Amino acid sequence: MKLTKLAAYAVAGAMLASPVMAELVFPSLSYRTGPYAANGTPVADGFADYFTLLNERDGGIGGEMTRVIECETGYSTEKGVECYESTKGEGALVYMPLSTGITYQLIPKVTADDIPLLTTGYGRTSAANGDIFSHIFNFPANYWNGASAAINYILSQEGGDISGKTVALVYHNSAYGKEPIRTLEALAENHGFNLTLLPVDHPGQEQKSQWLQIRRERPDYVIMYGWGVMNQVAIQEAANIRFPMDHFIGIWWSGSENDVAAAGMAADGYLALTFHNVGTDFPVFDDIQQYVVDAGLAAGDGSNVGTVLYNRGMYGAMLAAEAVKVAQAMHGVADITPAMMRDGLENLVINDENMAAIGFEGFGPNFEVSCANHGGPGLVAVQQWNAGDQKWELVSDFAETDMSVIQPLIDEDSAAYAAENGIEPGRCN
Amino acid sequence: MSDTVLYGIEAALNGLMTGVMYSLVALGFVLIFKASGVFNYAQGVMALFSALTLVGIQEGQVPFAHLINAIFGTNVQNFGWEVPALLAIILTIGVMILFAWLVERFLLKHLINQEPVILFMATIGLAYFMEGFGDLMWGSDIKTIDMSMPMLGLPEGLPQGGSFMIEDATASWGGDGFYGFFIDRLDITAAIIAIILVITLTVFSQYSKTGRALRAVADDHQAALSVGISLRTIWVIVWSLAGVVALVAGVMWGAKSGVQFSLSLITLKALPVLMLGGFTSIPGAIIGGVIIGVGEKVFEYIVSASWFGDAMGFTMNATENWFAYVLALIFLVFRPQGLFGDKIIERV
Amino acid sequence: MFYREAGDFKKTYAEDNQTFPLRVDRWAYYLVLVIAFGAVPFFINNWWANAAIIPFLVWAIASLGLNILGGYCGQISLGSGGFMAVGAYSAYKLMTSFPDLNMFIVVLISGAITALVGMLFGLPSLRIKGFYLAVATLAAQFFLVWMFNKFSWFYNNSASGQIHAPTRSVFGYEVTGATATAPAKYLFCLVLVVLFAWIARNLTRGRIGRSWMAIRDMDIAAEIIGVNPLKTKLTAFGVSSFYIGVAGALFFTVYLGDVEVGEAFGIQKSFLLIFMVIIGGLGSILGSFIGAGFLVLMPLLLKYIMAEKLGFPTDIAAHLEFVIIGFLIMLTLVLEPHGIAQLWRVAKQKLRLWPFPH
Repeated sequence: MKLTKLAAYAVAGAMLASPVMAELVFPSLSYRTGPYAANGTPVADGFADYFTLLNERDGGIGGEMTRVIECETGYSTEKGVECYESTKGEGALVYMPLSTGITYQLIPKVTADDIPLLTTGYGRTSAANGDIFSHIFNFPANYWNGASAAINYILSQEGGDISGKTVALVYHNSAYGKEPIRTLEALAENHGFNLTLLPVDHPGQEQKSQWLQIRRERPDYVIMYGWGVMNQVAIQEAANIRFPMDHFIGIWWSGSENDVAAAGMAADGYLALTFHNVGTDFPVFDDIQQYVVDAGLAAGDGSNVGTVLYNRGMYGAMLAAEAVKVAQAMHGVADITPAMMRDGLENLVINDENMAAIGFEGFGPNFEVSCANHGGPGLVAVQQWNAGDQKWELVSDFAETDMSVIQPLIDEDSAAYAAENGIEPGRCN
Repeated sequence: MSDTVLYGIEAALNGLMTGVMYSLVALGFVLIFKASGVFNYAQGVMALFSALTLVGIQEGQVPFAHLINAIFGTNVQNFGWEVPALLAIILTIGVMILFAWLVERFLLKHLINQEPVILFMATIGLAYFMEGFGDLMWGSDIKTIDMSMPMLGLPEGLPQGGSFMIEDATASWGGDGFYGFFIDRLDITAAIIAIILVITLTVFSQYSKTGRALRAVADDHQAALSVGISLRTIWVIVWSLAGVVALVAGVMWGAKSGVQFSLSLITLKALPVLMLGGFTSIPGAIIGGVIIGVGEKVFEYIVSASWFGDAMGFTMNATENWFAYVLALIFLVFRPQGLFGDKIIERV
Repeated sequence: MFYREAGDFKKTYAEDNQTFPLRVDRWAYYLVLVIAFGAVPFFINNWWANAAIIPFLVWAIASLGLNILGGYCGQISLGSGGFMAVGAYSAYKLMTSFPDLNMFIVVLISGAITALVGMLFGLPSLRIKGFYLAVATLAAQFFLVWMFNKFSWFYNNSASGQIHAPTRSVFGYEVTGATATAPAKYLFCLVLVVLFAWIARNLTRGRIGRSWMAIRDMDIAAEIIGVNPLKTKLTAFGVSSFYIGVAGALFFTVYLGDVEVGEAFGIQKSFLLIFMVIIGGLGSILGSFIGAGFLVLMPLLLKYIMAEKLGFPTDIAAHLEFVIIGFLIMLTLVLEPHGIAQLWRVAKQKLRLWPFPH
């Protein structure tokens, strides 16, 4: 007898409605529809596949099975809230909303509900101050680390001196895109370069004015904080004005296969920042292939495995899973609560040893989280697009960013948040 | 000439080209509005849907693959063949004609004689429907358009990138800070196609029998009916034509950004063009587009320039979205029916 | 048999003139009020409040506002998203500048500010009509959103441009911020909804409402009989924007708590709102509620059925949701172009005679 898959889903759904078994619940607020679907799908696939792998290969984490509840947000804030409210009752351990807008929305809510929020490479930057944002984690790197890493890369290319040079920032005219401006302004003062700001309004299909301005003013480097269709158009327009691609650096949300595909060979040499490695050259991918894809359990059709965004989803899932292990060890129970999960995230240590143990050796930077520092050291690498081979390659190590500039900004912004919301700092002393 | 002025001219030229790209979208609106009085909000989604269909056919994608796989537990993705671009275009046009017929049969037929705002809402409902349907049918990943047509002398597909010829020829006009005019070859192609489209449509509506029927329907539905013109056939024809125009717009915009969901948002760029050019004039759509394109580019050029900042104490960026609308709004206050719109005659 | 006028005698002019002339209607109305105020607050939980009921109430106010402009005065506006943003940002500036101000007053002042902005953008309606006006109001939409994004004064110079509603209480109960309880937020919105529905109902059947309808039905004729188009259209824009501004303020303070202007008040909100008005029924107070309910609750229901009960993959469920909602909108318009409220009116006529139609 061959049950159709949908019918099987229906049966599974009916079973899930019965009392919840002891299991580790990870809600995945994904967006497989709407304007950013092309980016949301691989991330959600990577996230789901890693937990499937843990269930299939290891029987869950510490003997507890994991369960991913997927809830479609379509990148809309209101749907994000609805997803949060509908999943938090299921014992959700940690939220990873994959959207800066939804993150801002959830920060006060999760804090009140005592559930941690993990935003890898997005969300509110100043949440790195764990003293004030007790439940928010944004390791391993945030938008301001990204800005600094881009400048560091430019410094390394220019022999350490960029005074008098011009750097243009092309950014999505939204909360996300505006994030790096203050950091870059502070860095511009330190290093003596000129900063040109070029906002692009949502959705960003028409950027002729911005790129004509770049063509006129000939900045030495262009940094981009783009998202969705804006990325593809920007890379195409950069190619059109023959801007040198190796002087064009995107943030990690502007550096996936999706973004460079439309421009074809013209995108060769385009740079992007990243906080995790690329490709499938890691032992864990063999397991993914064996236990998940070949077994027919993959969340997508399996074609996304190894793409930048898939890896990012998987990396986020891995960090959450490692935090569960820390929490289980700390509290001595396998079936942890969200509050324990928060402790686990706060004491997470990622080093060569535990990365190697799970087949992730060299996949991401080493870091430690502490009570006061929820953002990690902010290690960022640079990747480059090789259009001939159709793949991304890392061209630098995971390098330190200029925390002497970033930390005061984090302190200032988080202090403002604390004052506005009546939060007393000093939790960590 | 000083470089500032030359660059201003460059901004204007690029605005002109971009305006033509806007017109391509606006044209579809005008066709439908003229013949049926329907303000077709779904035009942008039709552009997305037709471009998706084109790429899907070309690459031999299985329609509804994801849904089929979910229901039957299979793993079908691709038929494994590739259709040449020209044939794929013809097939896509066929799909758009079928679409037009379905819209007429199941939607418009039931809404004859309703108020314009109701018809407008129906097309928004249609847009919702098509958004979900298109993604369900072809998937929501970003697709690259490959328009290589050796038969038509386009072995590499649509040309992209700045034109060296224009750049080199004009570089000597200005000082050291001037690098020649930048004009995107894709925009030039789009402009040529737009001109051909407008000429064809005008000739078609002026000289062919169907064209005359179209104009008769546009003038007066009831009178057209009484002389034996089938309203419903005409509607299928205009919706098919709008589908073809949508395909052209979808391909042109999709060539730059890849075919993806955001393509449906180009509607918003076409609306001010319509206001300016009038909802009922085909040349109006082109001229409106050009005015909007040039206006917004030159305005952005001026208000974001450093000399403007020195003189006024502030600069502005990313003004294009609202400037187009404000320009059209100011214009309409003086001429409420748009540039070429039919004179509004009101009787009590 | 049960729904009829017979035996329902009116002795005074006031009685004859009341909103619900039929006793059954009146009872139903009181019953709804009693349940809404007396029962729901004891049962409402966070999911129902934050995902369903509060958005419904907020959209109901906005939809009443747009219905006044579109349904009663006949002027189509696509600028509602921008006007909601004005309400939200006014509320933000008021809340942060005057921390002790009562939330009711914050919301009402936000509405008043929006009314002024709305009247300003309503001026072109004196020259422009129909679709041209609809598209012209998009200028307000895009300009306002751009403005709130551009000038950092509006968002108190925060790094990202997000605005965040601090915790405020009314009579000792927190109504904004993350710790506010579901019943408090619900009752706060409900009081405003009932108040504004009552005002809207009485405005629309009075002198002002009649002059709006005169302009809607035939503006030149209305002018001839002495209705001043300037005053009438601008009051419609003003009152409508007031409602939409109040809705925007509630949307930001009570419902979301954290918004970014482009995402929360973009063009899709304007379209959503005009949908609600048309699906519900142009020129009907009840229709505004039905429309808001339909478009807020229907997606939730579809999502619940498809993604949770039937276990469809979430992307297929979301795509089908679009297909189904689009289909339902078209179906409603084909079956009853005057909205669901009209269906209810027809049903009432039938009910009066039931079960003896002749």
